[in-house]
Amino acid sequence: MKEKKKIGSKIFMALMMIFFYAPIVYIIIFSLNSSRSLTHFDGFSLRWYEKMFSDRTMMQSIVYTIVIAVLATIISTIVGTITSIGLSKSKPILKKTVEQINNLPIMNPEIVTAIGLLMFFSALGAKKGFVTLLLAHIMFCIPYVMLSVMPKLRSLDANLADAAMDLGATPFQALTKVIVPQIMPGIVSGALIAFTMSFDDFVISYFVTGNGVSNISILVYTMSKRVNPSINALSTLVIFIITVALIIVNVIPIIKQKKEKRTR
Amino acid sequence: MNQFKRMAYPYVAWIAVMILAPMLMIVMYAFIEKGNDVTTFRFTISNFTKFFSDKVYIDVLYRSLYVAILTTIICLLIGYPTAYIISRAKPKHRTWLVLMITFPTWINMLVRTYAWLGILQDNGIVNTILGLFGIGTVKIIYTNFAVILGMVYNFVPFMILQIYSSLEKMDKSYIEAASDLGANKYQCFWRITFPMSLPGVISGITLVFLPAVSSFFIPKLLGGGQYVLIGNVIETQFLTAGNWSFGSAISLIMAIIIMISLYITRKLDTDPAAAKGGA
Repeated sequence: MKEKKKIGSKIFMALMMIFFYAPIVYIIIFSLNSSRSLTHFDGFSLRWYEKMFSDRTMMQSIVYTIVIAVLATIISTIVGTITSIGLSKSKPILKKTVEQINNLPIMNPEIVTAIGLLMFFSALGAKKGFVTLLLAHIMFCIPYVMLSVMPKLRSLDANLADAAMDLGATPFQALTKVIVPQIMPGIVSGALIAFTMSFDDFVISYFVTGNGVSNISILVYTMSKRVNPSINALSTLVIFIITVALIIVNVIPIIKQKKEKRTR
Repeated sequence: MNQFKRMAYPYVAWIAVMILAPMLMIVMYAFIEKGNDVTTFRFTISNFTKFFSDKVYIDVLYRSLYVAILTTIICLLIGYPTAYIISRAKPKHRTWLVLMITFPTWINMLVRTYAWLGILQDNGIVNTILGLFGIGTVKIIYTNFAVILGMVYNFVPFMILQIYSSLEKMDKSYIEAASDLGANKYQCFWRITFPMSLPGVISGITLVFLPAVSSFFIPKLLGGGQYVLIGNVIETQFLTAGNWSFGSAISLIMAIIIMISLYITRKLDTDPAAAKGGA
């Protein structure tokens, strides 16, 4: 009876994994197809990759995606960390209010945030493009950074900075040499979340950008109306980048741990 | 210590401008007539009456709710067993299984949705396999089924991870105690495990329903151009029709519907029957 149940749950899990990974495997396989067909594999070829790399709009969208993601990550991580530290010393009312407002872009459907920003930017007379895109990404990334930094600060001894300053550290040194190293894991995971949020964003980017500036998501959305196997190549590239990033993030701490063990 | 306080001030100004001002603009535009802008403010509720008096929009609202609720139910039905099986696996396998469920969510949603477009084609893989069993071409792409499949695919990991984390936190000794006291497996699950995992179920439902009811690219990609959900109406109003007031009113209606459904699901969480198990 028990054996039967175990086999049942194994089959169920296997089916779930097929469900999750079939589309991903499908994309990778068909990016190597030699024909235009999205349904029949007619032989191995790299022609869609060649086409992707020679397509200016595709390469541009990849560059925009990466540049925006890197800039948004750096800025939102710095601002989010500084603000979190400031809030941890502020009155609870201010802290609560900021947390509540931060929740708006997290809890609201993305499309609501998107149209709000669209109207806001045009009310300011701002030209839709790179700057509005970057501002929007910074706006929705900071709350996630703070969400992962704040708990680390809460578990920190409140007198730590004072102790450092009593021992002769300047406020800046107390921050950079004492507080920041203590909350580093929170900052790193916040930065990672910010990067993937920005890298994958579609809805908000789609509404606030213009003038030919588009990211990978927007490009896939606009190109998918026609059959275009280059999208498969682009998608495979995206899958590859994310996989490598995840491996680096997960493997580096393990290597570090091993090194520390050895030096001990 | 006090000098650190000031570090929060720039961000307070930032959220006032970048988060609150846009939200206020949605509320304001929802109540002004088309063609007006904030400077020539003229209050009206015509945007709302337009939505509720037109059968086309009411149908869209119904379809959006139908698709979102069905998606949520399916996610719960396949997500719960998945989370349950993972929580019963060996600790070493558990980490791997969680990682394998999480990994696809890191890949661009548009890319993953686009993949289904090829799979579900009339001459795609699914229909080829069905053909091997002698079943003729089944129309899948550009149907309700394709849209719901796309949504389940994109959102079910949220459900699984939420339920799993509440199942994992659970104290297993409750189940041992219950079976010692003579409860059978069935009773153990429905009287103990399930009520104790309810917080995870509730937040899972929230995390699936919210994006499902407001999604607009999944219906566009897998439902085709004719398939319209409430998110698509908002998109059209802003990007092609240029009627911001009507678009804002619709988003406000959607936001209110979401708030009501969140309130109802929270209510379920504090249900006395659930509280009994969670004690």
